[in-house]
Amino acid sequence: MNASAEEPVVRLRGLSKTYATGAVAVAALKGISLDIPRHRFSMVVGPSGSGKTTLLNLIGCIDVPTSGTVEVCGEAVGRLGDNALSDFRARNIGFIFQGFSLIPVLSAYENVEYPLLLVGTPAKERHERTLAMLNAVGLDEQEKQRPNELSGGQKQRVAIARALVKHPEIVLADEPTANLDTRTGAQIIELMHRVQAEFATTFIFSTHDPQLISHADETFTIRDGELIGARPPGGAP
Amino acid sequence: MLFKVGLRNILRNRRRSAVTGLAIAVGALALLVFGTFQSFIFAGFQTQVVRGRGHFTVFRDGYFLYGAGNPAAYGIDDYKSVLALIADDPTLKPMLNVVTPTLSLFGIAGNFQGENDAAKTFLGIGVVPSARERMRQWDQFRIASPYLPDLRLADDDETRGLIGVGLARILNLCGPLKIANCPTPPTSTTRKLAAADAPQEDFSALVAGDLDRSPDAVRGMPHIDLLAATAGGAPNVVSLYLAGADPQGVKEFDDNYIGMHLALAQQLLYGRGEHKVTGIVLQLHRSEDMPAARARLAALFKEKGLPLETRDFAELTPNYNQTLTFFRSIFLFITVIIGVIVLFTVVNTMTMAVMERTNEIGTTRAMGVRRSGIRRQFLLEGSMLGVIGASLGVVLAVIVAAIVNRSGLTWTPPGNANSVPLGLYLESPALFIGTWLGLVLVATIAALIPANRAAKLPVVDALRHV
Repeated sequence: MNASAEEPVVRLRGLSKTYATGAVAVAALKGISLDIPRHRFSMVVGPSGSGKTTLLNLIGCIDVPTSGTVEVCGEAVGRLGDNALSDFRARNIGFIFQGFSLIPVLSAYENVEYPLLLVGTPAKERHERTLAMLNAVGLDEQEKQRPNELSGGQKQRVAIARALVKHPEIVLADEPTANLDTRTGAQIIELMHRVQAEFATTFIFSTHDPQLISHADETFTIRDGELIGARPPGGAP
Repeated sequence: MLFKVGLRNILRNRRRSAVTGLAIAVGALALLVFGTFQSFIFAGFQTQVVRGRGHFTVFRDGYFLYGAGNPAAYGIDDYKSVLALIADDPTLKPMLNVVTPTLSLFGIAGNFQGENDAAKTFLGIGVVPSARERMRQWDQFRIASPYLPDLRLADDDETRGLIGVGLARILNLCGPLKIANCPTPPTSTTRKLAAADAPQEDFSALVAGDLDRSPDAVRGMPHIDLLAATAGGAPNVVSLYLAGADPQGVKEFDDNYIGMHLALAQQLLYGRGEHKVTGIVLQLHRSEDMPAARARLAALFKEKGLPLETRDFAELTPNYNQTLTFFRSIFLFITVIIGVIVLFTVVNTMTMAVMERTNEIGTTRAMGVRRSGIRRQFLLEGSMLGVIGASLGVVLAVIVAAIVNRSGLTWTPPGNANSVPLGLYLESPALFIGTWLGLVLVATIAALIPANRAAKLPVVDALRHV
């Protein structure tokens, strides 16, 4: 938004999220406060069930906290209504999912083009940007193929291209290498690193993949819904 | 993109989409086949009625309600001027096909030829034969059997007439008129009827001498004698030579009907007094002109101060509207059933689609698609199923109609004595458009329930769905 480059792209304060499972309340996040800097490779790490995905969902504005505030790109998103949140996501946030989550009836090209349609990019520019992004992820040859005709690595490349094509402030990637073999995972990490540098985007991952964690600029460690560590230490306020 | 995604999702689940589309198509087919059959019935019925009694009949005020009891008292004065007024009116003239006078009367008909002595009350209708023939050629909807001229009555021979088969049977005229399947009544019954209905000797005496005035053209035809009370109350008798027997659709009418030349009817009802008519029949070129013609007639009569009223064929044929209402009720019933079937089929299909694509819904919502965008997507897919199914149904209906219309099937409508062609009337754009739009609308409405459910899914729950 209007925030300067020095300001964190994500600012969380006292963030809690509790799920009600029948009569039992489960606290997924417990009062987390942290700042995530811009244009970095940041990772939320922790064991399964620690609250990584919940945290990413809150940063991605697809879930609402039980308490606390979420500020993304300088915008206090808790004040936004559902439509405004949708528009905000469409403009500012790209998602890469563990299971790729490509739209099966669309080709690789159409999947990548889709986010640009949502923000009303003119047709010519849309075409150019889509092709450029497919080229950036090395899928020029596969642009007409549907997801079921692509390998796991190719699908994740399409997902990366789709997340980046609109030049979002933030790309959120939930366990992006979990469904890939080690070699492909490494290639995907390398690709994300490259496009992150090229497009000056902030990548925020949730992962427990050591291979991926080794590429992190910052890591935020969560356990049982609590932030227990940040590297470098400045990550936490 | 909405259309692209919608269409590809429909094609993605080919079997399910095909079953749903087929259900809609069969629904459309059923509605259109019945609807076109109904249109055919309506058009055929209207053709039959309009050929017989025109679109309108102008009566003297009160005749419609009370005139049947005393037609002579409700005659239209100076009817020739009224005829000219209508026929020459610049507004009505282009709409008119036939304007002709008619006279209804009742009396007693007797057959006293040879050994016969049968008599029976009758309902007579006096017409102008050439006008009646022109009316019989009316075929706005182009569905009637080819026109066959009926030359049994003629303008220049007022002694000829036609009789209902039932009345001919009662009057023991089956043999002379060569009517097939027409049993001769037992003698005792005939005599008893005759004795009850008419003072035979007086009747015969009244007729005596009348036969000598018959023209040579009708010699050799069976004749009957008609007795009626004149407008002045005096008994009057004429002879009628029967050129043939026509079956009438309703037995009561068949047992009473006599058609005759207008001049003979006037002679019987008015004798030497002023000849009047009980009605002036108007047949238009097109039924669509009825409201305009009726309004003009009312204005014309008001302007000239004429005590006349106009009744249309539906008012004069009570079973016309009853038949229409009957068919419309069945059509409505079928429409509701088909609508419910289509509704549930599409709801089921779209619910399955939402379930299968829950993760996709979560993904697109996360990417920034609004709730309304999700709703639109599924509504569009529902309506596309409706469009495909309804369009297929329309094509099938046209094919079925073409087959039926070429098959030469016939049927006998209620109140009709003769069979008529059975067909499906395709020139009903409103029916086709209405059915198509209706089914697309039902499919769209059916998709609304699952579409709303999809739109309301929490994004994180949808993303978690496997």
